[in-house]
Amino acid sequence: MSSSPQPTPRESYRTGLRAGVPFAIAGGLLSLTFGVLAREVGFSALGAIVMSAIVFAGSAQFAVVSILAGGGGAGAAILAAALMNSRFLPMGAALAPSLSGGWLKRAAQGQTVVDASWAMANRGEGRFDRHFLFGATSVQYVTWFSGTVIGAVGGSALPDTEKLGLDAIYPAFFLALLFAEMRDSRSRGVALAGALIALALVPIAPAGIPVLAASLAALVGLRRRGGAA
Amino acid sequence: MSGELWLILIGTAIVTALIKAAGPIALGGRELPAWAGSVVGLLAPALLAALIVTQAFADGDRLAVGADTAGVVVAGIALARGASILIGLGLAVAVTALLRAVT
Repeated sequence: MSSSPQPTPRESYRTGLRAGVPFAIAGGLLSLTFGVLAREVGFSALGAIVMSAIVFAGSAQFAVVSILAGGGGAGAAILAAALMNSRFLPMGAALAPSLSGGWLKRAAQGQTVVDASWAMANRGEGRFDRHFLFGATSVQYVTWFSGTVIGAVGGSALPDTEKLGLDAIYPAFFLALLFAEMRDSRSRGVALAGALIALALVPIAPAGIPVLAASLAALVGLRRRGGAA
Repeated sequence: MSGELWLILIGTAIVTALIKAAGPIALGGRELPAWAGSVVGLLAPALLAALIVTQAFADGDRLAVGADTAGVVVAGIALARGASILIGLGLAVAVTALLRAVT
């Protein structure tokens, strides 16, 4: 707990910067992996770097690469990215009351939502510390960009990336985020339900749908807290 | 790099920006009702769990376990015991790479 009950925006930004560092280091490893994998499906080094710079959404970028690696076309790749990113809709909606300014400024502030920053900036009861969010995201943007540069330019010097186990980085990263989210028995139950829904749909639904459908598990939130568990 | 890949790149950037902008604009500063806040709070665990299992327990459209599954499980055990995220990621990569080297 800080000595001052209400930190200034600058203090919040700095606290966010520091809190974002471990995720930024992890993001650097992830984006390095992205840079390597993007080259393998035909992206130029410049293309991979531009994508990280203007998309800046890891799971969407990995979704695009895996669709292309599986032989999918432009439509499927973009749709998969949109589905992966659909979680930013409710995340942005949750953040909205904590933002300020006109629609353009709000839209711009919404671009700073990435999983780890959003989760860490959540102060509970529907409130978010937006300056903390900006700080945590900005440090992650720097390493996301530079990691991609290293992977895209220097990746050809690496041996077979599958042998290096780089594909295990991404789910492990999400796992770390998930543990931070599982605060009570209800969120643990929802996580389990989401996992089961996704696994059940994997063999029968198009890519991206299993993850989207898993979000239905969150509807348990409509039930009043303190009711029958 | 082909024109199609540039199209995918630009298309992905546009949909990402639109989706990230939609929530903050559409709600326009109004408070989220309590029931919506509760659902939103549970979306992250549901989606994160789905992202994890679809990557660790599936290859494309079929369920499959492999070296990466073991790597992710080991990372999960370490993280659950309070290991830092970097330790977790390091274990995931190391275990996966080790298993692939010996099998």
